[in-house]
Amino acid sequence: MSITFEVNGKAVAVDVTPRMTLADCLRHELKLTGTHVGCEHGVCGACTVIVNGDAVRSCLMLAVQAQGASVTTVEGLSQAEGLTPLQTAFKTHHALQCGFCTPGMLTTLHALLSEEPDASEERIRDVISGNLCRCTGYITIIEAAMDARASYQQGRSDKS
Amino acid sequence: MKLPNFEYQAPASLAEAVALLAGADGQARPIAGGQSFLPIMAFRLAEPSMLVDLRNIPHLNKIDVSEKGVRIGAMVRWRDLLDDARLHEAFPLLPAAIDHVAHYQIRNRGTVGGSLAHADPAAEMPTIALTCDAQIEVVGSQGTRMIAAADLFTGPLMTSLASDEIIVSVHFAVWPATRRWGFQEFSRRRGDFALCGVALSYDEDPQGKACNVRIGAISMGDTPLLLTRAEATLTGQSVDAVAIAAAAAAASAEVDPAGDIHASARYRKSLVGTLLSRALEDASHRKVN
Repeated sequence: MSITFEVNGKAVAVDVTPRMTLADCLRHELKLTGTHVGCEHGVCGACTVIVNGDAVRSCLMLAVQAQGASVTTVEGLSQAEGLTPLQTAFKTHHALQCGFCTPGMLTTLHALLSEEPDASEERIRDVISGNLCRCTGYITIIEAAMDARASYQQGRSDKS
Repeated sequence: MKLPNFEYQAPASLAEAVALLAGADGQARPIAGGQSFLPIMAFRLAEPSMLVDLRNIPHLNKIDVSEKGVRIGAMVRWRDLLDDARLHEAFPLLPAAIDHVAHYQIRNRGTVGGSLAHADPAAEMPTIALTCDAQIEVVGSQGTRMIAAADLFTGPLMTSLASDEIIVSVHFAVWPATRRWGFQEFSRRRGDFALCGVALSYDEDPQGKACNVRIGAISMGDTPLLLTRAEATLTGQSVDAVAIAAAAAAASAEVDPAGDIHASARYRKSLVGTLLSRALEDASHRKVN
């Protein structure tokens, strides 16, 4: 089936079979391999992308269901060459080791903090409980997210 | 695990969706959020010939709160429920329970109708529907009908829905402002499947005794369960420490859960009593209008 949607601000058109997940479409058809595929049944959170503003698991969404949607992957978080404040905070706090879960952590936290820039530590812990990390022990990820909140709060006051 | 092959349709009306289901010899399945059904397909527990996606059908994502009660469209997502401030007044048990549904990303796609049709005894929505005597509105090639929640769930992941029927909405009667309620759930990690959960409500008669007692249990059998013996134990009693202990003992005695890798049957029987005690403590201490 032919579908058109938007990925990281660019219109794309792909021809996919209905059984192809959005995760596989991003990786195999669009060569955006920043989205990682772990469990393929909605448990690990590694494949999280942002669809129309909401963090979703791209292994639990069919590519054909993305028709007309706006999708943001980890590649689309920063527009320029540099890192976003959230990515910088991950680096500063050593919030990644092997990096497998990192794209899902970043997209999940970006969606959360864009909507809730004042999210409490408890809220952040609750939200990333759906993303498995086997290296860091999570503490550094939570520290990075808490640190990055300031830039999202700043973004909000810039807009208002 | 990649999904098996299937044909995909996303019709723009309920009538078209029903026609597609009716024309597929029982081999087609409707899909809402797909957060449970896509894993089921990945594991080859279901291999439908066609998925009929309900996402383009208008008016299925509305929440109506009126003097007639609460009506929730089948395509309403968990996060829509949690974001709707009216429900915290009109039907506080529901958001309290839905707060335990899955993780952040799943709550952005999983739907009320999908959960009811999936009929997982470990899920919150089916037990809330049963506990609160919900009516489920379905449409099929024979027309529209209402199914009482008690008649919908027939077994694990099994319902009385015909293969060409689609859930349209779920209706809950008006919730009196003075009604007492409690919800408790335990899982190893918040958002994971419940090892056990308890949802309850009751009213108080002029003497302060419990009446209209409803106690539902999650993950205690093949379907959502009503704990009728615990309900009977509480009915007509003041909900104090003695009554709570008696109800908890009745609950533990009347369930017969299976043990598995996550918890033994004995542990689960004990847990339902503990959670019922906590839910009753919450209910009896909560300030009501």
